[in-house]
Amino acid sequence: MSDLVMVFSSRVAYVAFALLVGIGVFVLVDSDNLLKKVVGLNLFQTGVFLFFITSAFRRDGSAPLLSGPGPVVNPLPHVLILTAIVVGVSVTAVALALLVRVYDEYETLDESEVKEAQQS
Amino acid sequence: MSVLLALVVTVPLVGAVLPLVVGRRTRLSRLLTGGILVVQVGLAVAVAAVVARRGPVSSVVGGLPSEVGIGLVADAVTSAFLLLVACTAVAFFAIVRTDSTRFGDSLWLLLVAGLSGVTVTADVFNLYVFLEISGLAAYALVATGRGAPAALAAFRYLLVGTVGATLYLLGVGYLYVATGTLSMAGLNAALSAIGYDSPLVIASFVLIAVGLGVKIALFPLHTWKPAAYATSPADVSALLATLVSTIAGYALVRLTFGVYTLGFLTDVPAARVGLLVAGAVSVVAGGVLTLRQTDIRRLLAYSSVLQFGLIVVAIGLATPAAVTGALVLLLSHAIAKGGLFASVGILAREFDVKTVADYTGLVRDAPLFTVAASVVFASLVGLPPTAGFAGKWYVALGAVAAESWTIAALVVGSTLLSILYVGRVVETMVFGTPTAGVLGRGGSETGGQSHVSTDGGQLHTQSLTRASLLLAAVGGVVVALGLWSSDLALWFQPVVEGWL
Repeated sequence: MSDLVMVFSSRVAYVAFALLVGIGVFVLVDSDNLLKKVVGLNLFQTGVFLFFITSAFRRDGSAPLLSGPGPVVNPLPHVLILTAIVVGVSVTAVALALLVRVYDEYETLDESEVKEAQQS
Repeated sequence: MSVLLALVVTVPLVGAVLPLVVGRRTRLSRLLTGGILVVQVGLAVAVAAVVARRGPVSSVVGGLPSEVGIGLVADAVTSAFLLLVACTAVAFFAIVRTDSTRFGDSLWLLLVAGLSGVTVTADVFNLYVFLEISGLAAYALVATGRGAPAALAAFRYLLVGTVGATLYLLGVGYLYVATGTLSMAGLNAALSAIGYDSPLVIASFVLIAVGLGVKIALFPLHTWKPAAYATSPADVSALLATLVSTIAGYALVRLTFGVYTLGFLTDVPAARVGLLVAGAVSVVAGGVLTLRQTDIRRLLAYSSVLQFGLIVVAIGLATPAAVTGALVLLLSHAIAKGGLFASVGILAREFDVKTVADYTGLVRDAPLFTVAASVVFASLVGLPPTAGFAGKWYVALGAVAAESWTIAALVVGSTLLSILYVGRVVETMVFGTPTAGVLGRGGSETGGQSHVSTDGGQLHTQSLTRASLLLAAVGGVVVALGLWSSDLALWFQPVVEGWL
């Protein structure tokens, strides 16, 4: 048991990653509000981004400059996640734009109400 | 030569800006887009020609060392899928797309760029980026359909698709943590060095397979597909149905055999069983759900769930014959389904026929359409001499070679399930007695002539002819591919042998 506590306390960032992903997926699946689903999606993505950033960490590492002293943190995951963040922002933008159209038509963002309106 | 591969992605990507730059001149935008798509076909043909002459080509953008640069690679299989993307995009753009808008044209090119990128990239992270480029273009294209249902379907597609892509990204993260590289060739070597049964490697495979499974739309991750395809405009649904899942399927084939390799599937039997079970469930559930559909486009979308289940089963079998079968099935399904979605979409757009019941007795009004549709449907079922038959034949051979009798039975069973739903549609078209004229032209005995003489009628007749000819052409392609399927298999052979 104390081993488990040790493992978790020494890897706080990974715990945060798992929690963010879990909470994100839960909101995505459970929430009836379409806008909150987008928030859940963002949490989920951010959790995964955090995993990449954590994997680049190095104790006492500094910024990866050619002139700087070593050891340095791994810059590659940072670069990857910069790209992934751009992708995430684009996805959010498209999602919100679609929700504007949904709201214009149904005047609600509640999933069950939208379903009702669709059937009638 | 190596610049060719970069152009395959950059031409449509940069070209996607042009329709936006020309402003409101729709005709110019359409002309430019068409031009770029034709250039894209030329590039794809050039890649195929180079591959045919010199074997696989690869290049690193910017001349960087291959570990850090953006790697691109094309082999015989890649070139076939590049050709599929380019030809489908230009054909549907010219024949099915009628109301071009500059935003739509731009998205069309963006989708082609993303899918071509997925096909040629040699780097698992770039695959994610291209997957999302094509995904975003697809969500937005679905939303170009009129009315709120299209927006809602696009939104649901976006949620599910993004979760899939993000799971894929997480899998890539695990791979990177395990190996420290992202290039497919580098991963191939590094994975065998660290051992396939490392938990990180297994977890990464599961995440990547599930992520791509969403894009492929395997049961139960298929939920986005029917609504998205049934509500989007005819041209969009045809383009998406042909390409999006097909290219994701190809990515799964490449990652499974090019990165994880056969060694992984042998060392981790659970991975292979997982693929087989996921595929088998998809075949059965897809078949049963297809039988229950009344809307023709939803029926076609559900039938894709069945077809892709079969493809994943073939990947899980991992024998040369089965993998060849998977590739042939990917191509034949794409062509057949694209043609059906395009022609059915045209009829829905012009005549408002949407359900299977609406097709009752269509043979009287549109004999060519009915015959062509039957031929294309035969390919979906897997009847000789179509390409669908060839694909299923190879998969069945692979199953027999691997002595998996359950899988062999499944392949035969999938044919029976397909016959059931296809039989219903074809029977309705041929033997059904329409209560009124099917295409709104009045009964064929009473005054069909007078309707045709009006302007609207002429337009209707034109689009019916267009749909029929398109479907006939697709039927021709499917039969030709079936007749020359051994040549296709021969073309794929060096690549498949390299994998297995």
